[in-house]
Amino acid sequence: MLEIKNIKRAGSDTLESLFIEEGKIKGWNLSETATDTIDGKGATVAPALIELHAHLREPGQEQKEDLASGLAAAAAGGYGTVVSMPNTSPVVDDPAIVASLIQKAEKLGFARLKPSAALTRGQKGETLADLSALKDAGAVMFTDDGRTNENANVLRRGMEYASGLGLLVSVHAEDATLRQDGVMNEGVVSHELGLPGNPAAAEAARVARDVEIALLTGARLHIQHLSTGRALEIVRQGKKAGAPVTCEVCPHHLTLTDEALRSFDALYKVAPPLRTQTDAELLLAGLLDGTVDCLATDHAPHTQAEKEKDLLEAPFGIPSIEVAFPLMYTHLVKTGKLSLEKLLDLFTAGCAKVMAWEVPTLEEGAVADVVLLDLDNAKAVDPKAFKSKAKFSPWAGEELYGWPVLTLVAGKVAFQG
Amino acid sequence: MGTGVKHLLDFQGWSVEALQGILDTADVMKEVLERPVKKVPALQGITVCTAFFENSTRTRTSFELAARRMSADVLTFAAGASSLSKGESLRDTIETLNAYKVDAFIVRHHASGAAHQVAKFSGKSTINAGDGRRAHPTQALLDAYTMLKEFGRIEGLKVTIVGDILHSRVARSNAELLDLLGADVTLCGPATLLPKELAKGRVKVTTDLQAAVKDADVVMSLRLQQERMNGGFLPSMSEYALTYQVNEKLLERAKDHAIVLHPGPMNRDLEISGSLADSARSRIIAQVEYGQAIRMSVLYHLLVGKK
Repeated sequence: MLEIKNIKRAGSDTLESLFIEEGKIKGWNLSETATDTIDGKGATVAPALIELHAHLREPGQEQKEDLASGLAAAAAGGYGTVVSMPNTSPVVDDPAIVASLIQKAEKLGFARLKPSAALTRGQKGETLADLSALKDAGAVMFTDDGRTNENANVLRRGMEYASGLGLLVSVHAEDATLRQDGVMNEGVVSHELGLPGNPAAAEAARVARDVEIALLTGARLHIQHLSTGRALEIVRQGKKAGAPVTCEVCPHHLTLTDEALRSFDALYKVAPPLRTQTDAELLLAGLLDGTVDCLATDHAPHTQAEKEKDLLEAPFGIPSIEVAFPLMYTHLVKTGKLSLEKLLDLFTAGCAKVMAWEVPTLEEGAVADVVLLDLDNAKAVDPKAFKSKAKFSPWAGEELYGWPVLTLVAGKVAFQG
Repeated sequence: MGTGVKHLLDFQGWSVEALQGILDTADVMKEVLERPVKKVPALQGITVCTAFFENSTRTRTSFELAARRMSADVLTFAAGASSLSKGESLRDTIETLNAYKVDAFIVRHHASGAAHQVAKFSGKSTINAGDGRRAHPTQALLDAYTMLKEFGRIEGLKVTIVGDILHSRVARSNAELLDLLGADVTLCGPATLLPKELAKGRVKVTTDLQAAVKDADVVMSLRLQQERMNGGFLPSMSEYALTYQVNEKLLERAKDHAIVLHPGPMNRDLEISGSLADSARSRIIAQVEYGQAIRMSVLYHLLVGKK
């Protein structure tokens, strides 16, 4: 039995002890003697975070990230469970790939892997993948993330079919014909910099279409990485109309704007792009009023050399799984914009509800996926110390609070800082 | 030297005085170019690398000749025949060239911001010879110099730039520079090629060509890139020529002394009528000539005494 002593529950100053046995929570403040003890030194305890949107790049792009580095990075970020994206090489559209990923991840002992699989073969948006077989192999969600589901009817059929299997479909909602070759938000900054813009309407128009399909089919749809206030408003209206739609927002869209591109640094090139300050504020309002269901990172590692290409050629993506919680805690909770409880909910229960998983708790009998967070001491973001292979960050050097100091997955130490 | 600025990437961080200094020195350089021996020793011992990742004959030739006429050594790098086609990154290419002990880079690249990256990767004085749609500062300086030679001032001039504003680094740099120097700039083109967000300071944007040219001192026509047709920006070339061609009839609306500029190369009888390009109003050849004096002046201000 493991005792974690001197820890605080969110919102409390009382130091307590949590007991864990055989991968499950045994109870609080027990009088029994533990075989192992960890001193939490006043850290705040919470259920381990859940990530619904991470690019782990295996198979095929291991130079950017692999299961070992990506899941270690996730554990260091406080995550106990990670849903990986299928836009690998080859694409995860084959049950054998799903099974092999799960098998490999189990041996690693970092965060728990729950792979998503492609909705369509090769993520081409044309023919549905073998969704039932993919589910049987362990896939927890279907998505053509990275591609934009241009054919509305294929998406409709996919959602209906997945719904019959009890799983949801998630979408990168962006109209590719409106997005064109945009590399950043279309607006004042893109026009001044002379960079091809991606208009906010590309996201809003596609979200509107997909919300209608959710209303039509009654099938669950999750909209990834919302970046615009306008698209969020459409989701808000859709939810009111009864559409079974959920959505996520990423930390970079809440903390950075298109002004960052004035540096011409491809580090800030991300899809969907960094938008305006107004968009960031509207997204925050969506967190507060419950329109946004959860926070997801869209952790997108690349090699340093790729990110040093020019802005037209460099790939999209920001690696962020190791800094997501401290970043949000520092920017939203320390500033009084959001309560700690609400933030934890967006990183844990909110994600579980999207997936229709059991909501994680620290009560007796629950799976012991646990994170300890140091809310009192600031530490600078040091990309060189990242477990991820992508050792760069837009927040490098920024002093943040709320760093995970211990992550347990099924009672076993997956990360200790 | 007086600019206090290490790079010429765009006009951010440049003072009006520093820009005026470049325009003033261009007079001296123009005089050098009129001598029997068109060469001065100002940049002796300095190595300038023209790193052109995008095709350009005029700008590269103009810069190389400018550098040579000031006695600099010139290292010419053209991406077409380089290791870039073998997958080498911009950073590796620049670091390799830097290892040849280059003192300054002159960069042309298809991506906006690439010149900023070269400045960052090399740490050397960098001159932007055109990056993507972003900036082409020496073109703007030579355009301003052409206006200065014509009118003796920039302040208060009404300058109308016509064409594909969206994709034009020449329009962006001219708007930035001429606004700083006190001109009234109007950017004009079809709505698909005209970002209204560029309206700022004295810079106006309009789709109404007739109004834009009224009482103009300078009308600049931009090259229409044929490949834009594939992007669905325009219904047809003839429709464009009918609506936005700069020609003699249009110029009747401008001031009597109005001059016509074009950054070249021209599509005659598309964006500009051939007869206007050859007319007494045209300063298109003067632009090319002044371009060399301006580039000599820029090199002088950025590099002399900086070693």
